Amino acid sequence: MLVRHLPVLQVPTVVTTDRAPEVSLAALDTVWIQLTGTLCNLACLHCFITCGPKEDRVPMMASADVRRVLAEAASLGVREFYFTGGEPMLHPDFWALCEAALEVGPLTVLTNGTLVDDAAADRAVALFDRSRYSFDLRISLDGMTAEQNDPVRGKGTFSQITTAVRRLAARGLSPNLTVVAHGDDMSGPAARLEFLAFTRSLGLSRPRIKIMPLLRIGREPRRTREYETAELDCLDGELAPGLDEALVCGTSRLVAAGGVYTCPILLDAPEARLADTLAGSMKPIALRWAACRTCVADGLSCNT
Amino acid sequence: MTVAVFGGIYNNHHALEATIRDARRRGATELYCLGDLGGFGPFPDRVFPILAREGVIVMQGNYDHSIGNDLPDCGCGYTDPRDNHYATLSYEYTREHTSPEHHPLLRALPPQLRRTWAGRRVLMAHGSPRKVNEFLWESTSPDAFLERLLDEAQADVLLVTHTGIHWQRRLPSGRLAVNVGAIGRPANDGRTDVWYAVVRIGDDVTAELVPVAYDHRALAKEMRAEGICEAFVETVETGWWTTCLEVLPAKERARGRY
Repeated sequence: MLVRHLPVLQVPTVVTTDRAPEVSLAALDTVWIQLTGTLCNLACLHCFITCGPKEDRVPMMASADVRRVLAEAASLGVREFYFTGGEPMLHPDFWALCEAALEVGPLTVLTNGTLVDDAAADRAVALFDRSRYSFDLRISLDGMTAEQNDPVRGKGTFSQITTAVRRLAARGLSPNLTVVAHGDDMSGPAARLEFLAFTRSLGLSRPRIKIMPLLRIGREPRRTREYETAELDCLDGELAPGLDEALVCGTSRLVAAGGVYTCPILLDAPEARLADTLAGSMKPIALRWAACRTCVADGLSCNT
Repeated sequence: MTVAVFGGIYNNHHALEATIRDARRRGATELYCLGDLGGFGPFPDRVFPILAREGVIVMQGNYDHSIGNDLPDCGCGYTDPRDNHYATLSYEYTREHTSPEHHPLLRALPPQLRRTWAGRRVLMAHGSPRKVNEFLWESTSPDAFLERLLDEAQADVLLVTHTGIHWQRRLPSGRLAVNVGAIGRPANDGRTDVWYAVVRIGDDVTAELVPVAYDHRALAKEMRAEGICEAFVETVETGWWTTCLEVLPAKERARGRY
């Protein structure tokens, strides 16, 4: 069974408004599974849920619990799964759980790539080839050089990540490279084209990238700053027409060891814990956290 | 009874004529088009008289809704800037070259069609039963999800298009989901043929996805003469998609050249 709600150390900022927009779950299309909780082999300075090697405040999920979630999601007509963390490849049953998820639906794994050695790359290709549904890898890389990436993701990670990408590319896989725009020059059409060209240079014949806005939550406020009050005005009152359809919380839920949550970026918000089960979590939520600004105003979508 | 169901004409009047000929030869007594008359190819006005002459039963796709209402965007549902760049090129050409006299017809097309065949409740939709521009790809439309869509839509057979790549699946419940593909451009399989569905109605409803060869060289020539983007012409000549690739799931993307 999913365990009781866990104590959290970093409670996200709650927006003090009684007019927070409400979002209904239009359909449970996407189920995020926080396979390894907040445990990660890296401790990126912009991590929005403050993951790291010693960050065990949200522990790994038991494999049996993951399998129960997959079964419940199937019974609810799920469309797709995402495995995330922390670093999901740290889970001892990672590959078996990937197989189990792919029996039910398509799966995308969000990884930092540093654990993709030759054996892992071989397994990924085998799974990609034989799975009935789409199996995708999204690898985080926060720059085109070590100078741009390593200060955020950790010393030596640029080399490790690009080596992993080349390994996958050499086997015909084309992971989606996910970039957080942590610098001024990292978003916009020109940066996008430059990153695509760089991606090709890593051997990817079908380059795909996803540039995400910076989330000023988790560890990021210590690196730069948190959201200012004026930046949270967008959470006071009704949403622009049609926006709720684009929000992750309108079609998704996140399951972690502590229960079912609104979305991946609200793992540390006790009030964002909705239920023990997916079925119990299908209720409207209020966008009352500073984190919500990232989706409402900056257009963040964690989905690929 | 045999009927033909096709979608995504994308201005390809050559493929439309060839598909209708093929369907008649196979004994189709009714012809259905699941929408998207325009886009991609040349001379948008040419498909309208063919559809009228043949009595094709047409429903509305996102393109038809946008052109008919003279909207600034095709509403294809792309999210990547590269996809949207090519989608805009295609839409602007079609918008500029579709006579306003066709707008009322496009606006009036029904968004869905329902039939009862062999006692089965058949739903024809453009993208999905719930959204005109939702992409139902084979590798990202799991059984459980399709069963839910069919439950919600109260249907036993679902026929859609919009993605441009054909597939079909008999679900665990025995119900049938079919993406009929598109007749306007090849299916990213290295063949110049286009695809549609021949639906046979007997004790049950079954679908056969069939390729159609057409004069793709004539189409390519017309596209070049009209100054249509060379990347689109390459797809017609090679059968490989060159544009709007970012929306493809990893599995479908890996099967193509780009």
